Amino acid sequence: MQNADDNQLKPGWRQAAQSVLNAILVPFLAIFTAVVVGGVIIAIVGGNPLAAYLGLAQGAFGSAKAWSETFVWATPYIFAGLAVALAFKGGLFNIGAEGQLAFGAVATAWVGYALPEMLGFEIPGFLHLPLSIGAGLLAGALWAAIPGALKAYAGGHEVINTIMMNYIALNITSFLLNGPMKDKNPLNVIARTPEIAEGARLPLIIEGLRVHWGFPLALLVALGVWYLLWKTTLGFEIRTVGANPDAAKYAGIDFKRILILTMALSGLLAGMAGAVEVTGLNYRHELGFSIGYGFDAIAIALLGKTHPFGVVLASILFAGMRNGATRMQFLTQIPVDIISVIQSLILLFVAADAIIRYIYRIKAKEDRLVLTRGWRG
Amino acid sequence: MDWRRFSFIGFIIVFLFTVVVLIGGGRVSPAIIISSMLTTTIAVATPLTLGALSGIFCERAGVVNIGIEGMMLAAAFFGWLAAIYMNTIFKFSPNTSLWVGVLAAILTGGLFALLHAWLSITFKVDQIIGGTVINILAVGVTGFLNRQMFFGEGSIFGGNVPHAPGLLPSLSKWLAPLCGGPEGCLGLPGMIQGTFLDQKPVAIAAIVLVVVAHQVLFNTRWGLRTRAVGEHPKAADTVGINVYRTRYINVVIGGMLAGLAGAYFTIESVPSFEPLMTNGRGFISLAAMIFGNWTPFGAWAAALVFGASQALQINLQFFRDAIPPQWAFLQHAYIVGLAPYVLTMLILTGIIGKTTPPAADGQPYEK
Repeated sequence: MQNADDNQLKPGWRQAAQSVLNAILVPFLAIFTAVVVGGVIIAIVGGNPLAAYLGLAQGAFGSAKAWSETFVWATPYIFAGLAVALAFKGGLFNIGAEGQLAFGAVATAWVGYALPEMLGFEIPGFLHLPLSIGAGLLAGALWAAIPGALKAYAGGHEVINTIMMNYIALNITSFLLNGPMKDKNPLNVIARTPEIAEGARLPLIIEGLRVHWGFPLALLVALGVWYLLWKTTLGFEIRTVGANPDAAKYAGIDFKRILILTMALSGLLAGMAGAVEVTGLNYRHELGFSIGYGFDAIAIALLGKTHPFGVVLASILFAGMRNGATRMQFLTQIPVDIISVIQSLILLFVAADAIIRYIYRIKAKEDRLVLTRGWRG
Repeated sequence: MDWRRFSFIGFIIVFLFTVVVLIGGGRVSPAIIISSMLTTTIAVATPLTLGALSGIFCERAGVVNIGIEGMMLAAAFFGWLAAIYMNTIFKFSPNTSLWVGVLAAILTGGLFALLHAWLSITFKVDQIIGGTVINILAVGVTGFLNRQMFFGEGSIFGGNVPHAPGLLPSLSKWLAPLCGGPEGCLGLPGMIQGTFLDQKPVAIAAIVLVVVAHQVLFNTRWGLRTRAVGEHPKAADTVGINVYRTRYINVVIGGMLAGLAGAYFTIESVPSFEPLMTNGRGFISLAAMIFGNWTPFGAWAAALVFGASQALQINLQFFRDAIPPQWAFLQHAYIVGLAPYVLTMLILTGIIGKTTPPAADGQPYEK
């Protein structure tokens, strides 16, 4: 981000602290404002905002179990948010995280339940789990590489293509989960796969709570994405292509290769969200579970200012809201959907931070987020 | 819009129709199939046509609008809500309620567009992000209100989801006095009658608006100014055109068109609302706009292609049992349902030549 670059010129902890403060000030005020506006909406529909938010906070962070559930929610958010953020860094808008996630989940589930049957023997866990997750990563990466290649070689804009591929993925997974991959158990009426083998499952961290090793893995991957972007040549090339494609071309960066690679990496992360949900939480893929993740991931990436660590914080916040909403609805009868309204307001205020700067009279230098470049970009 | 584009479109439509005739021809006469395909094509192309026109007005003025999907969804919801309110609470006749619903939908589209204009013109927010905000906001607001008003305990309609007071009547109903009985309207052959006179008001408005939009954009002073602002805002500003005002008005016009498209879903097509019911139509509209090279007639033609591919899906379901075994994959609705999306991607690859967006499309103007 702009701020981080400035600070490399004038080192010192005071400036560093100042820059971190600047970076989180606007998102924090955006969240605050959205919560206030959300409270007004709750009051208008006849609820008590304080009681609602208290229920929300209790449900999200009020007990060990609440924390565990929040982390369970946050895990796919982190992966999918990182996917969108990484694409943004490369100057690409990946609205297709949802489809990539769905395909990742389908591929992982297939390796998880069908491969042992096909081979005729149990695959040992140390091999089966990485194979399952790897299949999900590969499926997500390939699915995202298609719009990347279409953009690089045919000029098809990734915004429309990734959205179209969401619908294509939804249709294909609907077909698979209602047909060839459907759980054949005679009691099953839902469009879902059979359960994956024991050996293909991520273990729980603490017995009795649902939080699994996917969450620490997500934190590790966030660190990995940060390292990739700021400490490797590939990361530098991705950021250069994102910041100034013309300069990148003149500098001799293979523009098309980076573009396709960025999309593939982004899809790989989204596919990982699906793979980890299947191996760590659901132990199968069920139709409809992936819907909505794509847009949530965009909101999280923007709220996190497309920085991997920001994405982690934003994911935990969004996960807490989703998780706490059930308790809020139980206590106050406010529908859980109010969370979607508050989250879209947060996104609105983060995207249009000029509104926040205007409301709170912030004089600090404005670093406008230019992420996309119309149809030509 | 050159002849190659139009002939490509003609070719695809003929191809899609032929598939259905080949499969269903043994059961029903080809003339009836073609007539029914045409009727469905024109009807389902309606929101796409209006969505594409919405995009054209915004982008010709230099504002990218990928929030059309959200504007349609919100308009579909609030139009439907207004119609129900007018009918069940204020006891207006179903017909009046429906027309108020259409107006409410147009107004909703306009208001969401005003938000988009405010974000992208005044605050100079990245326009694709702004559009995404609109899309997410529309999903959140409609999902929340839908549940709060219709499904919650003690909600206004107490868990009883009411239907809209019917649907808008088709054109042939209005012309009934002229037609004098079942033997035909104005002496037109039955096929043409079915295709065009069975269309409903929003569908007809969409076609009329294609012509109007073309006239406004290319043959009026306002259209010239709009295009100037979208191509070279600085030059337009120098000769005294108010860039911000022109952009604001065009974006709001675009939003109202998207709002009318929203009315198609809940007031003209089916009398109920479902979350996410617009199902990507707003985005397909944008593809139609791009393929039509930002011209109304071109966009309409592209919208008809998508309409035809949906008509194919609907008609194939009807003829499911007649599908020969070697074409068995066509029996699966999910597979045939891929057609419009795959077609959209194919068309965007530029296989039919490059398209050129307005020069200042997507760039905020700074004085």
